[in-house]
Amino acid sequence: MSAMHLMACHDCDLLQKIPSVPEGSAAICRRCGTMLMQNKPKSFQRPVALLFAAVILFIMFNAFPFLTFKKEGLEHQTHVITGIRALADQGMEALAVLVAINLLIVPGLHLLASLYVLVPVSLNRKVPGMFRVFWYLRIMQPWHMVEIFMLGVLVSLVKLAKMAQIVPGVAVYSLTAFIFVLAAASAAIDPHEVWERWEGPQ
Amino acid sequence: MNKEVLTARKAGLIACSVCHLLCPATPPERTAKSAKCPRCGATLRSRKPDSIARTWALVMAACIFYIPANILPMTVVTSLGQAQSDTILSGVIYFVQSGSWPIALVIFIASVFVPLLKLFILSYLLISVQRRSRSRPKDRTRLYLITEAVGRWSMLDIFVVTILVALVNLGALATIQAGPAALFFAAVVVITMLAAMSFDPRLIWDAKEKMHE
Repeated sequence: MSAMHLMACHDCDLLQKIPSVPEGSAAICRRCGTMLMQNKPKSFQRPVALLFAAVILFIMFNAFPFLTFKKEGLEHQTHVITGIRALADQGMEALAVLVAINLLIVPGLHLLASLYVLVPVSLNRKVPGMFRVFWYLRIMQPWHMVEIFMLGVLVSLVKLAKMAQIVPGVAVYSLTAFIFVLAAASAAIDPHEVWERWEGPQ
Repeated sequence: MNKEVLTARKAGLIACSVCHLLCPATPPERTAKSAKCPRCGATLRSRKPDSIARTWALVMAACIFYIPANILPMTVVTSLGQAQSDTILSGVIYFVQSGSWPIALVIFIASVFVPLLKLFILSYLLISVQRRSRSRPKDRTRLYLITEAVGRWSMLDIFVVTILVALVNLGALATIQAGPAALFFAAVVVITMLAAMSFDPRLIWDAKEKMHE
């Protein structure tokens, strides 16, 4: 990597020279203050391990019981998919599709796409279509709403507390763990490092 | 602020939106539509295309949908033959009355305050860019970044409806159904997110450069 590195700010287009950023710090645009790049610890093992853990947790929160409604001997067990199916049954197909995208499809694709890039890169191999996958990952990112769903679980529990007893199942704990593991994984990925490996000597 | 500023566009360069590589803009810049990034192959654009027109269109659409989203029922609870419908605001009022202040505040911020704030901020940014305003570009950029980051949290109410619909499904005893407002509200959230994405914050700084020329 060259000592000085020319870069344009994504939010104000200012051209600026960036000195090599020491590990663990970040470069900030001198005009508008947006973060330009971050130098994260150079290791692909940590994000890859965390992503595999996230895959297991993703399968778990889909397979195991989510919340159970208990009232006077009545018991009604639900899975994460139950609400999506109920919305579709009530004629709200568009809403069901939106929730499925935000909760299941985008997080699932996000995991697959990240692993598709990081596993070969960590083994110093080229990945066909890597930048296209990066582009997809960036477009998907705002639609990844698992953590907001978790807040929704909390609100629903409070809302129904007076009506019945709601018992959280394994899926609730897996979902919580999934959020933290995925956050740790994305915090450990440095896209600039991935791009530089692409350009560097093969 | 009389420092000499050089933007990528002035220098005849375009930063790739995917891999951040600086590429030369093929002159003339207007026809750079077909230029591709040599490293990753993404289409190179100096500014987002038709940013102002697209953002205005989406902001207006969201404003229209915001009205039925607040007037129509979000959920319909049927308990032993009796139906009771709740709007977004009556849901907030329920939490206030039952003493769950923090939850009431969270829902109010996510469902009422944030969508309105987003619409106001985006309108303000659009008007300021169209009037070539040069005041406080740094603060306006920050305002934009906040708008972009916070918008997705409005989906909270949609997820609450999804969970309620799944849990309270006890046949004749009690069922909760999603009301028409849920659809309009989801549309508001999605459209305001798209509006924030189509706005280009670099336009805020372009007015400043015109002054130096």
